[in-house]
Amino acid sequence: MGWFDRLTGREKSAQKAKDRLRLVLIHDRADLTPGQLDALKDELIAVISRYIAIEPQSVEIQFSQHGREQFLVANIPLRPPARRRR
Amino acid sequence: MPGTVLTITSGKGGVGKTTATANIAAALAQLGKKVVCVDADIGLRNLDLILGLENRIVYDLVDVVEGRCRLRQAMIRDKRLPNLFLIPAAQTRDKTAISPTDMVHLCDDLRQEFDWILIDSPAGIERGFRNAIAPADQVAVVTNPEVSAVRDADRIIGLIEAEEKGPARLLINRLNPAMVRQGDMLAVEDVLDLLAIDLLGVVPEDDAVVVNANRGTPVALDEKSRAGQAFRNVARRLLGENVPLLPLEDESGLLQRLSRLFGRGD
Ligand SMILES: Nc1ncnc2c1ncn2[C@@H]1O[C@H](COP(=O)(O)OP(=O)(O)O)[C@@H](O)[C@H]1O
Ligand SMILES: [Mg+2]
Repeated sequence: MGWFDRLTGREKSAQKAKDRLRLVLIHDRADLTPGQLDALKDELIAVISRYIAIEPQSVEIQFSQHGREQFLVANIPLRPPARRRR
Repeated sequence: MPGTVLTITSGKGGVGKTTATANIAAALAQLGKKVVCVDADIGLRNLDLILGLENRIVYDLVDVVEGRCRLRQAMIRDKRLPNLFLIPAAQTRDKTAISPTDMVHLCDDLRQEFDWILIDSPAGIERGFRNAIAPADQVAVVTNPEVSAVRDADRIIGLIEAEEKGPARLLINRLNPAMVRQGDMLAVEDVLDLLAIDLLGVVPEDDAVVVNANRGTPVALDEKSRAGQAFRNVARRLLGENVPLLPLEDESGLLQRLSRLFGRGD
């Protein structure tokens, strides 16, 4: 962004287009809406919590890409041992 | 050696498939190759008009497939480029008049006689697309540097992969260099980044495309047109030459901008 755009807070429209397309293509390719991704995340947290103590608020589930191949990457922090006891 | 079938397709309509087919074909013919274009957009015949051959149609693709004429009778020879032929689409039928298998058989015959067989595909992901893609050895996906065209290109690229006709190559058409410079149009690198496929060429927005379409002459034969130059470069890349991308703006445009910058106007 140039100084003028930074001052006015306006991003160039091509950059905006690229950011929006990046997101929409991820969901198009996976055939999964953002809402379905949220549901997947909730279920995943529920299943994993049955076996191991995790930090549900810190779970991150994201798509990553390599060329036209997509990966679903989950980052699931475990609860530290000290806090595991109720 | 049998010829190569190149299918030119897109997700979104109106992005320049017919223009690209006519001009890549003309450029290949000018380079001495024997070329036939097949208009597979049945019901929406246009390639004949862009090539200026609309008054010479007697038989069409559906007539060949349904056995009303021999293949040879449906081929129209271009008088300016004796190496260039057209098989027109039927105008009063729909896409279901031919099948993917019909197209495969037709192209098997054409490969014996021609170096290049270019197929102008209808837009979309339905039967017409499957007809056009079935005989392809290579596929070019045309898009414009705009959000909806890029999104639809991604869909079609996925389908081409699913049909095991990939990897497709990308032809970016109607790029406006001034808008890219201002940050108001997706640049070539942006589009390639998003779609993650190889580039076949970049054709600038150019009034000469419309002027030549009005006349029924391929813009690829117009020495002065930048779009024409871009199509000629695509043809040479298809023949295996390593042709660098056109600079987005010609030198005179750059000089004009510089002199404007220094307040001398032009
Ligand atoms: N590079 C270009 N510069 C200017 N106009 C173009 C360019 N490419 C295509 N056009 C115009 O865009 C319109 C659609 O092109 P066409 O080739 O018919 O698209 P499609 O076959 O994909 O539907 C036509 O009016 C054509 O003249
Ligand atoms: Mg068309």
